Amino acid sequence: MGRSQNGILSHILEAVTSTYLLKILWFTIWQAVLSTFFTLLIGLPGAFLFARYQFPGKALLQALSSVPFVMPTLVVATAFDALLGPRGWINLILMSSLKLTAPPIEFTHTIGAILVAHVFYNTTIVLRLVGDFWSHLDPRLGQAAQTLGANRRQALRFITLPLLMPAVLSAALLVFIFDFTSFGVILVLGGPRFATLEVEIYYQTVSLFNLPLAAILSLVQLGCTLALTVTYTRLVEHVSRPLSLRPRSFNQHKLRTWRERLSALIIVSVLVSLLVTPLLALSMRSFTRLDPERGELQTIHPGLTLDFYKELSINRRQSLFFAPPSTAIAISLGYAMATVILSLLLGLPAALAQTRSTNSPVSRVLDPLFMLPLGSSAVTLGLGFILAFDAPPLNLRASPWLIPLAHTLVALPFVIRSLAPSFRSIKPRLRQAAQTLGANPFQVFLKIDLPLVARAVIVAGTFAFTISLGEFGATVLIARPEYPTIPVAIYRLIGQPGAMNYGQALALSTILMVVCAAGMLAIERMRIANIGEF
Amino acid sequence: MNSLSLSNLYKTFNQTVALNGVSLEVGSGETLAVLGPSGCGKSTLLNIIAGLEQPDAGKVLWEGKSLAKTPPHRRGFGLMFQDYALFPHRNVFENVAFGLQMQRVPSLVTQERVNEMLALVNLTGFEKRDVNTLSGGEAQRVALARSLAPQPRLLMLDEPLGALDRDLRDRLAAELRIILKKIHQTALYVTHDQEEAFTLADRVIIMNAGRVEQTGTPQEIYSKPGSLFVARFLGLNNLLTGTARPTDHGTSIQTAIGTFSLPSTHFGEVTLLIRPERARLDGSGALFLSGILRERSFRGPVCRVGIDINQVRLSFDFNPNAPIPAEGSLIDISLNPEEAIQVIETAERGGSGSDE
Repeated sequence: MGRSQNGILSHILEAVTSTYLLKILWFTIWQAVLSTFFTLLIGLPGAFLFARYQFPGKALLQALSSVPFVMPTLVVATAFDALLGPRGWINLILMSSLKLTAPPIEFTHTIGAILVAHVFYNTTIVLRLVGDFWSHLDPRLGQAAQTLGANRRQALRFITLPLLMPAVLSAALLVFIFDFTSFGVILVLGGPRFATLEVEIYYQTVSLFNLPLAAILSLVQLGCTLALTVTYTRLVEHVSRPLSLRPRSFNQHKLRTWRERLSALIIVSVLVSLLVTPLLALSMRSFTRLDPERGELQTIHPGLTLDFYKELSINRRQSLFFAPPSTAIAISLGYAMATVILSLLLGLPAALAQTRSTNSPVSRVLDPLFMLPLGSSAVTLGLGFILAFDAPPLNLRASPWLIPLAHTLVALPFVIRSLAPSFRSIKPRLRQAAQTLGANPFQVFLKIDLPLVARAVIVAGTFAFTISLGEFGATVLIARPEYPTIPVAIYRLIGQPGAMNYGQALALSTILMVVCAAGMLAIERMRIANIGEF
Repeated sequence: MNSLSLSNLYKTFNQTVALNGVSLEVGSGETLAVLGPSGCGKSTLLNIIAGLEQPDAGKVLWEGKSLAKTPPHRRGFGLMFQDYALFPHRNVFENVAFGLQMQRVPSLVTQERVNEMLALVNLTGFEKRDVNTLSGGEAQRVALARSLAPQPRLLMLDEPLGALDRDLRDRLAAELRIILKKIHQTALYVTHDQEEAFTLADRVIIMNAGRVEQTGTPQEIYSKPGSLFVARFLGLNNLLTGTARPTDHGTSIQTAIGTFSLPSTHFGEVTLLIRPERARLDGSGALFLSGILRERSFRGPVCRVGIDINQVRLSFDFNPNAPIPAEGSLIDISLNPEEAIQVIETAERGGSGSDE
């Protein structure tokens, strides 16, 4: 006992005194800052476009832009490899057209790859959170500034951006925390040269069995996340103003001038090339067979093929835990629905409590509390779940609700972040007016708050849905093997050798993409009378 | 019997005193206007009556019973907000029906009542309109219909005409009075506009810096302002400071334009309020003043002239057809002191009293 305590102490001393921790922390922070910056740089113009204009293909682009968010890291790494790697489409095309012998673009294992992947993953957060808020912001405020002599840029800088601040901060915080705790992207695309805290925690736990150091690193990471969230809570109090929000239909119009069309074209091209092409490259690979693998006996015809998809439904190894894709899809969708319901049931009152009393201790404690699952690694979360729910009185280990519960915990920060800015922007006068007309607090919530934030509820539901679809770290630990979700099934395929399994993984990833995009479009279409319009 | 009574309400926000001991009463079916400059505590008063804010001290009573424990939605008081606070996600019908739906009134009755209310405010046919597309006057009427629909025991109106132009305001104020009287509505009307208050109200309360300065019917208040603040607030600016001393036969008040013998209950520093419309050109008054006519302006029913008397500028209103001398010439006027001059205590009770 004494020895182990000594051990812990020496580890702590080692960690704190050496520059080792500082180096990792420094890299973790600056890559997250840069990634967040670029994500906002790409996401904000996109949010503006989605918020203010209607154009053909908008719904599809919106749905596609949230697909990256659910993709397992391994698959994303593969997607980028398929596009930009040494044997990726772009290098192949460049080599053949420029007659080069070596691939001209070096992408994998660079900091560039990490940044691009982070932007790829998280742009949808900015698009959804800021875009939704922006779509309800009264454009007359900016127009008023213009009549007072402000040019477009000044109106944006002095009026629109300050008003958007709560949503921008919300999005930036989430993006930053995601980049800060990034794991798969760093591991797969960054290679051994780069390590964030989360990656180091993984190394220390899995490779070196240095659990005390891993625990210290986890605590440092949690501490950073908490500090950040507390700062955010303080900051957002200063920048939130009640606004009169207007239905989107009043604020959106078609692209009218050539200038508008040109800007829209540029923004859409950037979004498509960044968010959609890797996905396209991936799905193209799932339909393409390249060279036969060494040692493979069958004759293989390179070219287009559906083999990978056909193979998915065949249980060649007679595995007990085999699940055909239709089962995995059904399981994933079921969990996703349950997560949407659970996280909204928890998130709505939490967001409301927070916004109704910004200065109360409730808000100061609740907000950082709900951010904790984000700051801790998914693996830790999964382990925690197993420990907490395996014994009475919470014997949920075998319950089908366990996975939706875990997903809800991960989704809750997003759900609250999506709802809070809208709740905050409801004029207190409207609630008071309802009260004086005889509405009790619950009726005020039902008849005033809820319809006014209906759009945000849909956005929050979308987040819960996508997070549940894509969640892997916690699921893989607690899912029962005979009921795998799609990401778990993909992981199993990637874990097995051979081009056939790899191809199947790509095929299943493509299916995950399609399911996600379809789900997204369906949620987007959800309208309850004209309530959804708001 | 009084419906609403407030006794000694106090409310402070961050060291700013909003209400400093306010008491008032509203009778059944009566329209009481609370009149005062912005920042005098009017809106706080309404919020406290509605139950949206709690007083630091004092009581709100309805028919003698304290409302301290009654939440806003059980008070049965309607409040029409300055900015109307129409629900942006509901159309005109749904806005007006809201209060009835809260009471679970059957939908047929609701329908009927909403139609009745919309007819009352002249908006029949507007049921399906989006409230975001209404003009100022239309939004104001929807807000009124919405607050009247659940038949509130007390209707409070917070500067309901503030955002409208003069013309519309005058018309709606008159309409509002007719509507309130037609349904015998007990109402509390808050405004900073004296014309509005005088048009609408049975009784007026003038507030200043969280206190009640004066209460009375519009006529009483206009003809006998109780304080310098009230006089200034009503736009009565012919004010003359003086010193009152008791004499054998009454009080003598010494001013820059002469010494007057006037009945006064105040002594020492006083202010004389001289009614501009009471001056005469035909010499029939008891007190004679002469000065130099400096300016004259035609104001429709009257012609207003500015006269310098011993270097003090006073304004008077005359019939435009009266023989008024040219600017720069001497002019003689006469007044009957008992009808034209009122003595007001100079010391102001409210501290920072003036609205200038």
